[in-house]
Amino acid sequence: MIYADNAATTKMSDAAAETMLYVIRESYGNPSSLYAVGQRAKEIVEDARRDIASAIGAEPREIVFTSGGSEADNQAILSAAELGKRSGKTHVISSAFEHHAVLHTLKKLEKQGFEITLLDVHEDGIVRPEEVEAAIREDTCLVTIMYANNEIGTIQPIREIGAICRKHGVLFHTDAVQAVGHIPVNVVDDNIDLLSSSAHKFHGPKGVGFLYARKGVRLSNLIEGGAQERGKRAGTENVPGIAAMATALKEAEAKIIENSALISEKRDRLIRGLSEISHSALNGDKQKRLPGNVSFCFEGIEGESLLLLLDDRGICASSGSACTSGSLDPSHVLLAIGRVHDVAHGSLRLTIDETLSDDDVDYIVSSVKEVVGYLRGFSPIWRDLCAGKKQFIL
Amino acid sequence: MALYSEKVMDHFRNPRNVGVIEDADGVGEVGNAKCGDIMKMYLKIEDEIIKDVKFETFGCGSAIASSSMATELIKGKPVADAMKLTNKAVAEALDGLPDYKMHCSVLAEEAIRSALEDYEKKKNS
Repeated sequence: MIYADNAATTKMSDAAAETMLYVIRESYGNPSSLYAVGQRAKEIVEDARRDIASAIGAEPREIVFTSGGSEADNQAILSAAELGKRSGKTHVISSAFEHHAVLHTLKKLEKQGFEITLLDVHEDGIVRPEEVEAAIREDTCLVTIMYANNEIGTIQPIREIGAICRKHGVLFHTDAVQAVGHIPVNVVDDNIDLLSSSAHKFHGPKGVGFLYARKGVRLSNLIEGGAQERGKRAGTENVPGIAAMATALKEAEAKIIENSALISEKRDRLIRGLSEISHSALNGDKQKRLPGNVSFCFEGIEGESLLLLLDDRGICASSGSACTSGSLDPSHVLLAIGRVHDVAHGSLRLTIDETLSDDDVDYIVSSVKEVVGYLRGFSPIWRDLCAGKKQFIL
Repeated sequence: MALYSEKVMDHFRNPRNVGVIEDADGVGEVGNAKCGDIMKMYLKIEDEIIKDVKFETFGCGSAIASSSMATELIKGKPVADAMKLTNKAVAEALDGLPDYKMHCSVLAEEAIRSALEDYEKKKNS
């Protein structure tokens, strides 16, 4: 099997799995208890907090553990909105292709009377810093722009956007779920006030993540209860998950430069191979993209049938087609970069890691070529396109 | 649990009656690319019996499987029987479809009906 869906989730690293098992077996105490086994668990949580903070250039007290990226996104945005509301600021700036954890939270704010501006992400899938600046108003309380897009992998000019926000005194949140552990992220250098991350995207466990909130940015609670996480997130800590997340992140950070160069090479080999398929196109900027992300549209076919036939060939991938989303519309990300519905239905996302060999890359390319050709062979759209009854888009 | 039944996967992997009939007596096309499903059916009819049927489909696994099953259900049958084909019959023959994929069987029923109506129109003109 070739696993090429690392943006959906990753396989846990052996070291992270071992950490998790060790903590489950040996340090089962409640970190809030005062006896030794409880205090040992507390130490594990605080060690993890220190390691995670250090990986992104933050202070340990600026890290709040959550159940994952979605919770962190919700808490960051709702906290910034709460702060804004107190000073009469109810305008939020974001982009059209954010993760639903962000977009749906913004929808909720809109119902509460907030005004939301969603910036264009252009054909290359990149937000323009000057457009962020132009959109900032007197009553803007938050700018939230993802670090890297989950479907098309484009990396946003976070540092520039952060500098603009700082200049205007507006809080800046970034959903860095796809970036942390894959490309260097530093909250100080990048001028970030709030950042969301999720362990299972960097070979850590599912169900755990963290929110970075710069010292001085007051968080509101999503979950009320005990005094865990400095009172900002109640509930007994997920000690095994937190410990394993720290192990995975430390591991990823130790080889981040080397790995991203290695994976980028494989990515480019994949892109070159898939580009040989006629009437296809890479989604998003070719250079400013995550090391492991390859996203393509193929005209005349539908994504789900492509995925099922790739699965038959042992390849795990994903698509932004309507049929894979369970709705009638294809992915909002592909529509946001200007792909029309007909084309967006024929999308394929391959997100690879360092374990992929060159032979695997070549096998993926030949399999995709074969399956796309096969599906086009009985596609009425493809027939019309070839007969000149319809215009090719790609 | 798998997304689709074995029957759906069989008809998706090995679709029956794929292709085009150049001198078809009835042709029907339904769906649109915007929604992600298009089905085209070609019928060859002699003495009110469906002698041959072919299809082309742009769509997901269940759309392809529904097209394939629908062609199997009407091949060799009288036109009057084919007119009575329902989406439920297609879905049942496939051992069921997930709820949000039932529209694929509806599309298959509509494609067959559209091709039969085209045949009737040609016959009467």
